[in-house]
Amino acid sequence: MDMKSGSRLERVLKAGHFAFTGEVGPPRGANVEALKKKISYLKGCVDMANITDNQTAMVRMSSWAASLFCIQEGLEPNYQMVCRDRNRLAMQADILGAYSHGIRNILCLSGDHQMFGDHPQAKGVYDIDSMQLIQMVKQMRDEGKFQGGADIDEPPKLFIGAAANPFAEPFEWRVHRLAKKVRAGADFIQTQCVYNMDKIRQWIKRANDMGLTEQVYILPGITPMKSVGMANYMKNKVPGMDVPDEIIKRLKGVEKKKVADEGIKIACEQIEEFKEMKGVAGVHLMAIEWEHRVPEIAERAGMLPRPEV
Amino acid sequence: MIVAERKPFEEIKAMVSGYKKVLTVGCGTCVAVCLAGGSKEVATLNAELELALGKDGISPGAATVERQCDMEFLAELDPLAEQYDAFISMACGAGIQFLAERFPDKPVFPAVNTSFIGVNLDVGWYEEKCRACGTCVLGTTGGICPVTMCAKSLFNGPCGGTNNGSCEINTDQPCAWYRIHERLSAQGRLEQIMEISPANDWSNQKPRKIIQPGYEERIKALQG
Repeated sequence: MDMKSGSRLERVLKAGHFAFTGEVGPPRGANVEALKKKISYLKGCVDMANITDNQTAMVRMSSWAASLFCIQEGLEPNYQMVCRDRNRLAMQADILGAYSHGIRNILCLSGDHQMFGDHPQAKGVYDIDSMQLIQMVKQMRDEGKFQGGADIDEPPKLFIGAAANPFAEPFEWRVHRLAKKVRAGADFIQTQCVYNMDKIRQWIKRANDMGLTEQVYILPGITPMKSVGMANYMKNKVPGMDVPDEIIKRLKGVEKKKVADEGIKIACEQIEEFKEMKGVAGVHLMAIEWEHRVPEIAERAGMLPRPEV
Repeated sequence: MIVAERKPFEEIKAMVSGYKKVLTVGCGTCVAVCLAGGSKEVATLNAELELALGKDGISPGAATVERQCDMEFLAELDPLAEQYDAFISMACGAGIQFLAERFPDKPVFPAVNTSFIGVNLDVGWYEEKCRACGTCVLGTTGGICPVTMCAKSLFNGPCGGTNNGSCEINTDQPCAWYRIHERLSAQGRLEQIMEISPANDWSNQKPRKIIQPGYEERIKALQG
């Protein structure tokens, strides 16, 4: 089979399996044991794990370094890279370094604004945006050329990921922005956490109608609600998040110690629907600070065992 | 216009203390319009200085020129200059530097912080509109600048943080790309942003000079 990167994720998707990806946030320090522990929960339960890059603009162990620990522990990483913290020179240098150490997936993101983090006075770089980052990685891989045009001695072969928010207004524009990311060179898309199933059905349908799902693998994001408080926070405080009232109603409808279980149940129902939805190639599980529950969620969602590819 | 803000008095006071003869120079153009550094603001600052430092024998002089970014107007200060030990400039950063260049043997202190290129929303109320990036894309973005009005200066927005028309940084801050979409959609020109906008040329970070067409020979002669 013709492979762009040969990553496990690419092999799973190209073999036609329903992909299941996870997420690991690197530690706020050099605590390698804590990182390895998180990785161990995901190993064998997911096809690969996103390694976040200074998520919410808080300083953490660098994404490429944590990705290397992930490889050492036997879990494939998806190296996240945001445009906030480095310019095109640093990005390309890191991409070469990451690839040469065995990293095969990259996720190209704008990044949360620096004002949200623990260094709000930092200069936001945004030399290029996420769309241009996708283009740059693709040009490096397929043409063997740096963004500036010079030849690369041994180009990095990465499977290129991008994010999409299917919910934010203007809704009508979302599928066009997806189309731009596909044209820029995205191989796979991981979406914002999905709670509004009506809306994602519409979005996927439009992507199907435009022929986009034949060009890109779409993995909707799943984040199980741990509590009613979390659901309210996601609904009211997180920009771009769409949490319908019936989700909150359902969580409120069970006794307190069963709320988390209900959250997982909702997530599993969503995954079941996605398995059957035309144009969906897998799901991306973002169990935020809940890595230890991933094996249970994977089991209950019928995602185990993961395919050998 | 260029919009500026008066520095806190304590900061100005600390800079000029120790100098007996100080000339406060206002600018009659942008900073006068935005109420930061025109002749009125010169008078206000001097009154504050006299109140605070008069006991130390400081008595500041006042002069406001049409534009501090023009040597022709700065030349008006030549006859005054020798009476003073130091200058306070209330012009924008360009004016302050040109004043310092005119009188290189005297200290020049800034009394304003130059903030942005902006517009007048109402008296005393201004909004940034342009970052002078040097590669204007307003023709394809519905007349709304993504470099200035998007907190991430995205060329292919909006990002995932767009929040029902607001920016993720603040619900009072409109999302530039939401508005760009809205305006182009209303004009039937969405195809303008369907194409991927390429990585921008940020080479504006080196000091820039412009010679308008037709003036090349004159400038060459001036530079000898």
